[in-house]
Amino acid sequence: MAAELKLVRTPAEEALAERFPAIKASLPGGAQIVKLREAAFERFLKRGLPNRRVEEWKYTDLRALMREAAPFAPIPSDAEAARALGSARTFADLGAIQIAFVNGHHVPGSETVEGLEVVPLDAALAAGASVGPIEAAREDAAYGLNTAFMNDGVMIRVAPGAIVERPVHVRFVNTGGSAFATATRVLVEVGEGASLTLLESHEGLDSAACQLNDVVEIVAGDRARVRHVRLNAEGTQSLALSTLVAKLGAHVSFDTLNVVIGSRMARHQVYLTFAGEHANANINGATMLKDEQHADTTLVVDHAVPHCTSRELFKTVIDGDATGVFQGKIIVRPHAQKTDGRMMSAAVLLSDAGTMNNKPELEIFADDVQCAHGATCGTLDEDLLFYLMARGLPRAEAESLLVQAFLGEAIEAVEDEAVREALIGVVSAWLEARH
Amino acid sequence: MLEIKNLTVQIEDKKILDGLNLTVKKGEVAAIMGPNGSGKSTLSYVIAGKEDYVVLDGEILLDGENILELEPNERAARGLFLAFQYPLEIPGVATMTFLKAALNAQRKARGEAELSTPDFMRRVNAAAQQLHIEKDMLKRALNVGFSGGEKKRMEILQMALLQPRFCILDETDSGLDIDALRIVAEGVNALRSPDRSFLVITHYQRLLNHIVPDTVHVMANGRVVRSGGPELALELEKNGYADYRQQAA
Ligand SMILES: Nc1ncnc2c1ncn2[C@@H]1O[C@H](COP(=O)(O)OP(=O)(O)OP(=O)(O)O)[C@@H](O)[C@H]1O
Ligand SMILES: [Mg+2]
Repeated sequence: MAAELKLVRTPAEEALAERFPAIKASLPGGAQIVKLREAAFERFLKRGLPNRRVEEWKYTDLRALMREAAPFAPIPSDAEAARALGSARTFADLGAIQIAFVNGHHVPGSETVEGLEVVPLDAALAAGASVGPIEAAREDAAYGLNTAFMNDGVMIRVAPGAIVERPVHVRFVNTGGSAFATATRVLVEVGEGASLTLLESHEGLDSAACQLNDVVEIVAGDRARVRHVRLNAEGTQSLALSTLVAKLGAHVSFDTLNVVIGSRMARHQVYLTFAGEHANANINGATMLKDEQHADTTLVVDHAVPHCTSRELFKTVIDGDATGVFQGKIIVRPHAQKTDGRMMSAAVLLSDAGTMNNKPELEIFADDVQCAHGATCGTLDEDLLFYLMARGLPRAEAESLLVQAFLGEAIEAVEDEAVREALIGVVSAWLEARH
Repeated sequence: MLEIKNLTVQIEDKKILDGLNLTVKKGEVAAIMGPNGSGKSTLSYVIAGKEDYVVLDGEILLDGENILELEPNERAARGLFLAFQYPLEIPGVATMTFLKAALNAQRKARGEAELSTPDFMRRVNAAAQQLHIEKDMLKRALNVGFSGGEKKRMEILQMALLQPRFCILDETDSGLDIDALRIVAEGVNALRSPDRSFLVITHYQRLLNHIVPDTVHVMANGRVVRSGGPELALELEKNGYADYRQQAA
């Protein structure tokens, strides 16, 4: 009875299926990497782009959202790259060490400081750098496509014990009139006891429907300290897939915050695995959506060892016809006793037409753990608004104050004051633009 | 200054104010007393512009202008201020940020220049000192974790800072200890002026020893049922509201 359904490929699937064999020889990496790429591509051929019948993608139907596949952008000329970077403003003036990408291509020439090494992806792979530290991520469609097609990137290495004082800022700047695709991979290795603040900014023009796929993989050695902030300020037509993979050693302190204001469709995935005991992770998000925007956050936090603590706090503000998605899963493995995990997703609807889909999950296989999750979705409190208005604040200003307070909870954990201020500025500007 | 004529208000099909008339003159301090549930807070909310209520009839004139169609913030900018019976906690909003935003929003609405930060700080500090409010409290989120008395004092601080022309105090005395009551009353008295009027809602004669009213009004069942001088408060203290309950029924 169950006749195998023949998968009818969309134009995008067709184009990707043809592209891989055509370009694979030109992609970076030796035999090991070729094997990974081919395996990822085979999975794609078999499954196509994920659609709403795939559980992990049920709120974000990539197959429907991405009908055509844009071509990869050519490597920009020096002048083009300089022009693009010169006009990019995000996280400027932080005195950060900068690593730049224009249209998905690494622009060589970053500053070097002691204890920090930045190597282009092809050189790093040629030297035997490994990718894909978390097995589970390989099953994912967006990550898989990045693995098959990753064509540029860098490796950032912090030597054991090195304290990199200034933030390292990876800037992704997209420019140009027509749609293009990217597939970047940033490998981050933070040595034992080392410390790194990593900023990512993604910005682009509203005019081009770019298809962006970036993966950042962080492997943190024992007792390392990592602070990561990512900002999606991409153009309003773009489709942005991003995956953060983090594998944490023992006693690691790890914070990540993803802030989203950009993209027509954004999906940010976090695969985080505790691989050593007594590590601590704060995984936060602050998402501001309007018009027809759609933003999805999907987390898999794997407590694979005992005695680790994770806090997940995601705040979403939805205006216009926008849609927010939160899918968070905390897994506690059978022997991961004394796990402490708390996940919260809270959304505020500023309009009647907005939608939020919350799906928090716990998969607990150990008995001596403390885990909780919660999800809320509501409007701003009318009584609070009245109180503020009765003191003279116009409604829009009163709303802004409450939204700032709401998002502030996710942002205030950012330790670097200048970075935190910059993010508060992003929130203010977003709210300003509403009026 | 404030004239309320035949004000009739309902919420969820329940008539709460029922043809209420009240006039408060410029510079006057009027006290309102009345049993629980008689509509005192409702009156103060309707004057301040809370949305939940349906005004079936009547008008509220502030210096001759009917304010019923105005947003709460527009009323505030015209000099109306309500010290809430239950001030709200606003997590994540720093008290200072709020105070500055409120003051500047009102100034902007009136076409006045924004206050400079030092100017603003001077004013806040002066008001805080007078009301015995610790500077640390101003650094915290608005009203969050404040004691009942601290919240009431914060309301008066806002009033001192915003310098309204018409002030409504809804049971500002309840929850205050004896010293705090004196401090708050002194704060209010310092603001008394020929150009500023007060509507003081209270259950206790005690407050009126500190803030001596010009007129006292009794509210029952959504109406002002009797008006008189300060001696009326003493009479109520002695006899309670039994007469008025009957009269209204
Ligand atoms: N949102 C509401 N929904 C329904 N009934 C309400 C609402 N708000 C007030 N009421 C009712 O209106 C009446 C008047 O309430 P109000 O708070 O104005 O009284 P009050 O005179 O201030 O009382 P108190 O002295 O206890 O403060 C009460 O019966 C109250 O239950
Ligand atoms: Mg009341």
